Formats: sequence, structure tokens, C-alpha cells
Amino acid sequence: MNPVKGIRAIGAWVVNFIFGLGAFARLLWLILARSGAAIRRPGLVSQQVHFIGNYSLIIIAVSGLFVGFVLGLQGYYTLNRYGSEEALGLLVALSLTRELGPVVTALLFAGRAGTSLTAEIGLMKAGEQLSAMEVMAVDPVRRVLVPRFWGGVIAMPILAAVFSMVGIIGGWVVGVLLIGIDPGAFWSQMQSGVDVFKDVANGVIKSLIFGIAVTLIALYEGWNARATPEGVAKATTRTVVSGALVVLGLDFLLTALMFSN
Amino acid sequence: MELHSSQNPEQLLDFSGVALGYGDFTVLRDIDLRVQRGQVVAMMGGSGSGKTTLLRGATGQITAQQGTITAFGQDVAKVSPDELRKLRQRMGVLFQQGALFTDLNVFENVAFPLREHTQISEDQIVECVLDKLNAVGLRAAAHLKISEISGGMARRVALARAIVLEPELILYDEPFAGLDPISLGITAQLIRDLTDRLKCGSILITHDVIESFEIADQVYVVGQGRLLASGSPATLSQSTDPYVRQFLDGQPDGPIAFHYPETQAFKHWLGQQRGRP
Repeated sequence: MNPVKGIRAIGAWVVNFIFGLGAFARLLWLILARSGAAIRRPGLVSQQVHFIGNYSLIIIAVSGLFVGFVLGLQGYYTLNRYGSEEALGLLVALSLTRELGPVVTALLFAGRAGTSLTAEIGLMKAGEQLSAMEVMAVDPVRRVLVPRFWGGVIAMPILAAVFSMVGIIGGWVVGVLLIGIDPGAFWSQMQSGVDVFKDVANGVIKSLIFGIAVTLIALYEGWNARATPEGVAKATTRTVVSGALVVLGLDFLLTALMFSN
Repeated sequence: MELHSSQNPEQLLDFSGVALGYGDFTVLRDIDLRVQRGQVVAMMGGSGSGKTTLLRGATGQITAQQGTITAFGQDVAKVSPDELRKLRQRMGVLFQQGALFTDLNVFENVAFPLREHTQISEDQIVECVLDKLNAVGLRAAAHLKISEISGGMARRVALARAIVLEPELILYDEPFAGLDPISLGITAQLIRDLTDRLKCGSILITHDVIESFEIADQVYVVGQGRLLASGSPATLSQSTDPYVRQFLDGQPDGPIAFHYPETQAFKHWLGQQRGRP
């Protein structure tokens, strides 16, 4: 390959990346600046919380249950080696509230709600619906993006809480009902070992940040999708890939910030 | 002395020496047209002649490369975003593809502009929307999803939405496309009646010579990147201009070429295709 062409391609990639970051930040600013509309018309946001949250509930709850089952089993095998299987409740609860709850929920959220947001907005663009709004003197950012953004941001911590709660029940089913760990020890160790602020609140903050990131990526990709079936398909794929990578990257940063001494 | 458009409340839209296009490419140039209150103006021309581009210029979606577009006495290129929104509130637009909101049903689509721009009660919204749906013959389809209605019905819903705020200027982009002969006749009459009753201006972008000549006060024919002819339907019917005659009579041969012109890019592509093993 011609080295000049290679350098040119790298340069173009860097320029496009920086341009994309700028456009992304600009979209976030536009949404935040026009969020007054969401306060004036809370019905639009609650509609989106219902659409994004309610329809993701089943996948989140079922996934939470199985993750709880697996945590119960794996946790028991490991703790049993050291004769501390009573700490299973604590292990399951900390794993879920600190890490798995927010992270797995965000990954599932990108796949379930994120893709549907991207496809919906991309198809609205392809069907001239966004142009129609503009010509009807209705700002599409205010009417379409703002309610969906806040809907996603509100739904995400609630879904993460549901995931963690169902996961703990899954761990209890395996640990207490199937294996036979003492239920008193299971719950009391959890109660004394889980800190509301350090563990639960940090988990909620994480899920809130993931909610902002994933929802914004989904909206950005839909908003900038080429108005063709192929363009919408590519944008939907990008939402899942970028959403998952950003969530995992952010999780590392947030964990380092929140749980370091 | 003729009043300037900004001083004449009867003049709703005015194009003066306008050139329109996208980027460096100019689609139409030297366009002069006027729409008065109570007038139906038909904009005719072949596919790809730039009729929709003209409509986009009128709504401020694209700005004129040359000349001035004045809507309700204000230069569309010079107004602030807020003023442009106010101008657009006085317009109703029927899109070529309908552009209905697929997440809303028929009723909510028509109610959309009312909910966004007015504070009227729910009862008044129901009454107003059903009235407009009745005018397009779809009162009993109010509860249907957009995916449940046909293409022709979707265009009629879009028409009801375009007129629901009873705007001062209504722009119809291909209002007759996909309509059966009965709906076509009723829709044409509806456009004429609305224009007379509301004393609004209507711009009709269409290929349909017979229907539009029946209801239009003024007809503009565009093609080859410019305005080819204008006048009343009666005047244009008598025209001997070869462009106008070919378009109105639908003749295959004449100054308007049926075939898309060959470009350098096409020749280059063809050479590559032929050079393939």
C-alpha cells in the first residue's frame, strides 16, 4: 500500500473522529438546552419511560434472574473452599449493585432500547417526518429527541435496580432454596456488608451515567443516519457496538474513581 | 405604482429573480412568481424539474442562491429562526410522501399541529380533527394506525393535517399522486373550496394537467432549470410554445427530452463497465 495513502487515511480517520466527537457534544448541548420542553410536557417523557422502560423490563428481569442463578452457583463453589458460604448473600449483592446490575443492564439496554431508538429516528428521517415537523414549525430536537433522551436517562437506573433485585432473588433461590445455605446468614451478611452510599448509590450513579451515554449514542446515530434502509441498518449496528464499548470503558473509569482508596 | 410585496397584505408569497439549488448545483434560476390571497397557483413540470425544490425555498428549508423569496412580506432568508417558525405556523404543507408520523394513529396525526400550536380543549380538538377528516372522507378511519391505511388514504390524512390549522398559505406537493379518480376529483374540489372559504393562497405542485387546470387561477410551467411559461389555464391552453404544448399534450417528442442527458461521469462509468473482463 502506498504510504502516502496510508497516512492520508489515518489523518482522515482522526479528523472524522474529532468531527464526530464535536457533533456528539453539540447534540448533547442542543438536547440539554431545549430540555425545558420536557418539564412543560411531562406526558411526552413518561410516554418514553413507558416505551423504553416497560418494553425492556422482561429481558432485563429474565437476564437478572439467570445472572443471579449463576452468581449463586459460582459464588457458592468458591466460598465453599474457604468455608464461608454464608457470605454468598453479600457476594451476590455487591457484585450486582456495584458492577453487574449497571453494566449488564446498560449492555442489554443498548441492544433492546438503543437499537429501537436509532431505528425509529432513522426511519422518521427517511420518511421525511423530521422535515415535516420542522416545516410545521415544530422543533424536532425538542419534540423527538428531548423526551426520548430523558425517557432513557430515567428508565436506565430503574431497570438496573430491577436487574439487581431480581438477581439477588436468583442468588437466594440457588443458595438458600437449592443448596441449603442458612437464610438468616444469607440476608444478615448482605444487610451488614452492603453500604447504601458506597455500594448502592455508586451503582445508581453508574447506571445514570450509562443511561446518558447509551441513550445519547442511540439518538445521535439515528439523527445522523443516512436516510436509506442500508443507512438505518448501519446506524443501528453502530449503536450497539459503540454503546457496548463506551459502557465498558466508562465502567472501568467509574470503578477506578468510585471504589479506589 | 405597484405596491411592494411587504406592503401588500394580499400578496402571500413572492419569488423575485430567484435561483435555487443544493450546494454549487443550481436546479432553477430566474424564477418570478406571486401568490395572492384566494388564489390557487399550479406549479407544473416534468419529474426532476425542480418543483419540490421551489416548495423547499418557500418554506425556508433551503435559501435562495440569488434573488429574494418573500413570505407574508418578510424575506425568508433574513428572518431569525424564531421569526421563521412564526412564518411556518402560517403555512400548511402537504408533503410528496405524506410524511405522516408512524408512531401516531390517523387522529393524532391530524391533531398534531393543534396540540403543538394551540391551547384549545380536548373536545375542540376532537371536533376540529373529525371535521377535517370528514372533509377528506376519512372520519371513520380516525382510530386506524398509519400502517393500516392505503397510500391514497395516507395522502388524504396528510391533506387533513396540512389544513387543520386553517393556514393562510397552503403548499401541496403532488396532492393527486396515488389517488383514485373519485378521490382525485373530490380532493381537487376541496383545495378550491378551502382556498375560497379561508381566503388563503394555495400552491399546487403537480403533473396532473386536467385537474389542476380546472381549479387553478394561475399556472407556472417549469423545466430545463427555468420558468418556461406562466398564465391563466385558458391562456396556457391556447399557447403555441413548443415546450408548453409538449408538456400539456404529453407528447413524447419535442424540446423536453425524455432521456436523462449523458454526463462525463456516466461515460466514465460505461467505459469501466465495458473494460471489465
